[in-house]
Amino acid sequence: MATVTKTWKLFIGGAFPRTESGRTIKAVAGGTVHHLCKASRKDLRDAVESARGAQAKWASSTAYLRGQILYRLAEMLEARRGEFVEAIRATSRVTPRKAKAEVEASIEHVVSFAGWTDKIAIVLGSQNPVAGPFYTFTGIEATGVVGVLAPDESPLLGALALACPALAAGNAVVLVASERHPIPALVLSEALATSDVPGGACNILTGDHAELVPAMATHRDIDAIVAAAKGKHAVALKAGAAENMKRVTIVDPSSDFTDARWRSPVAFRGVTEAKTVWMPSMA
Amino acid sequence: MQPAQAIDWSYAPAPETFPVELAPEHGLFIGGNFVDPRSRKHFDTIDPATERKLSRVAEAGKADVDVAVKAAQKAFKGWSRMRPAERAGYLFRIARRIQERARELAVLESMDNGKPIKETRDVDVPLVAQHFFHHAGWCDKLAHAVPGVDPRPIGVCAQVIPWNFPLLMAAWKIAPALACGNTVVLKPAETTPLTALRLAEILQEVDLPPGVVNIVTGAGETGRLLVEHPGVQKVAFTGSTEVGKRIARACAGTDKRLTLELGGKSPNIIFADAPMDQAIEGIVNGIWFNQGQVCCAGSRLLVEESVVDEVIGRLTHRMRSLRVGNPLDKNTDVGAINSRAQLERVNSFIECGVREGADRIVCFDGALPDTGYWVAPTLFRGVQPAHTIAREEIFGPVLTVLTFRTPDEAIARANDTNYGLSAGVWTSRASKAYEVAAGMKAGVVWLNTFNQFDATSPFGGFKESGFGREGGRAGLAAYLA
Repeated sequence: MATVTKTWKLFIGGAFPRTESGRTIKAVAGGTVHHLCKASRKDLRDAVESARGAQAKWASSTAYLRGQILYRLAEMLEARRGEFVEAIRATSRVTPRKAKAEVEASIEHVVSFAGWTDKIAIVLGSQNPVAGPFYTFTGIEATGVVGVLAPDESPLLGALALACPALAAGNAVVLVASERHPIPALVLSEALATSDVPGGACNILTGDHAELVPAMATHRDIDAIVAAAKGKHAVALKAGAAENMKRVTIVDPSSDFTDARWRSPVAFRGVTEAKTVWMPSMA
Repeated sequence: MQPAQAIDWSYAPAPETFPVELAPEHGLFIGGNFVDPRSRKHFDTIDPATERKLSRVAEAGKADVDVAVKAAQKAFKGWSRMRPAERAGYLFRIARRIQERARELAVLESMDNGKPIKETRDVDVPLVAQHFFHHAGWCDKLAHAVPGVDPRPIGVCAQVIPWNFPLLMAAWKIAPALACGNTVVLKPAETTPLTALRLAEILQEVDLPPGVVNIVTGAGETGRLLVEHPGVQKVAFTGSTEVGKRIARACAGTDKRLTLELGGKSPNIIFADAPMDQAIEGIVNGIWFNQGQVCCAGSRLLVEESVVDEVIGRLTHRMRSLRVGNPLDKNTDVGAINSRAQLERVNSFIECGVREGADRIVCFDGALPDTGYWVAPTLFRGVQPAHTIAREEIFGPVLTVLTFRTPDEAIARANDTNYGLSAGVWTSRASKAYEVAAGMKAGVVWLNTFNQFDATSPFGGFKESGFGREGGRAGLAAYLA
């Protein structure tokens, strides 16, 4: 029987294109040779464009529907448990036990955020008792297109911990996978493709962070960035905010993403906007 | 029978005569005392309605900023660990003392800023008192304020504020910072330092511990020194998008927390089914309140095509009855532009609008005062979305009028800007109002009203209008670690 080896591609707009640059990265793991796409700045721009195109509709679908779609994503992860464990171990020395625990936590994480979609506004919004004849309330909305930079440690759980709040709130995401351990994010792209997450709402790129981070930082159509970064990448991302006032959240890449704070309302801080509406209560 | 005589509808002068004493020179407020600047430099602050010098104010240099930050650092330990109810006590007393000295603060604000006494008396100063009162009550409730956040203060806050609402912006910055247990170094705008320094007197009167609030006056360089000082943990800035971007770059290599409240080019959308009398007043309030020197000013009027002639007809009629002149006159609707630099900026936009082919309409019949900085309420018809005056923030009493045909087009045009601070929507149909509100990429949406503010209600923008909110619990989040 012939073995079919897999060609890993990018995930943009719900499809699996090759990088327009034609460049690949070779990752040798446990005797298997993986060829991955080395995304270019143009691929990033394409992913942002497709995220922008999908965002308004994703945000305006009901919170109940977004919740069900994220739950379905969790079901798709569940179905790929074994594949994820292998993907995590493919390029790292993580024990099977630890890899299993990360997959377990990742699925739980997605389920948790499936349950968050219709509670964000309840927990973070408010009715404002203003000193005048007005009915005034503050709702919580998605910021828009969010760039996510995944950490090398916990490459699956870390990616989901940073991407799920954005998705749950109705943002569209461009996820740049861990540079050292990109394969779990690629398996995630296959789970996304078979879930009901609309094409373009979550895009995944693999490649060189030194090339992609500056492009992300200065891209004018990215509204927010949530990045596991430090040193020069962190500074570049924060300085990039000055281009278009994007909201930048920098996360310690070695964080313990199983900690409860990653599922707390604080996770929505950099990817949501408070909108306050006033109207006369007597007209 | 007597021959018919023309009736003189002009109002007799009604000046506010409350006396305000002004020292010839003001020092910096550091460590609870007014001190001479180490820089040995001072600058004049003038009344923009008369161009008369009001006082001399210290210009804080590097050493002064350093001393102020150190005073705030020193005060932090005691202030952040103080029993919350005790901290609240100070803020409640500040609110009360502001109310007691309200008239004085209103007059002084009008003198230093040029805005009508009607506004400082009825809007600015009451909101200032409310902001301190509201935040006083938060001190012992912070555990319930922001879900998921353990309420710890951040540290020393560098706060740089603009000249358009000098005392109100000081209150928006200081009150939440203090309520959360932080200490403050505030830099007021160079053209409007006097009311912040009067607030410092109030802080002394209530025995606020020394160093909890420090006020360093000066221009942009003083602000830069403050924002870039390594002893600062949090930077809050309200002002232009240009300076905001510079601050974001300067803070990029640090762990400083940052909130920015920047410019706007806010749409005010008038549907054909709007309650027209209220809408006209809303347009006037939207753009001529505070001479249009308001970051959330409704400077882009979007009118449904079928009623554009009616709206412009009514609006120009209303413009004729706006009284422009002495800010201290209780009947004045439109006061002075804050500075010569701002006057020149506004005039250059007006020239640009004419040059690019829009129709300028000015309905002001009277004479503008001989001294001071004045711009008569101005509107432009025939404006194209690509015109400079339709895209850039003018920050003056200049309204541009564009039209639309459908709600979708109104939403698209309203959002066709890099800014996203506020929006106004005028329609009698609630469902339409809410649908358009949902479509707005703006932090504050006023339905059948405009320019409403309240301490309980978050204010701040989407996109290049900055990030972070002020007011309400969204505002508190910016001052908790």
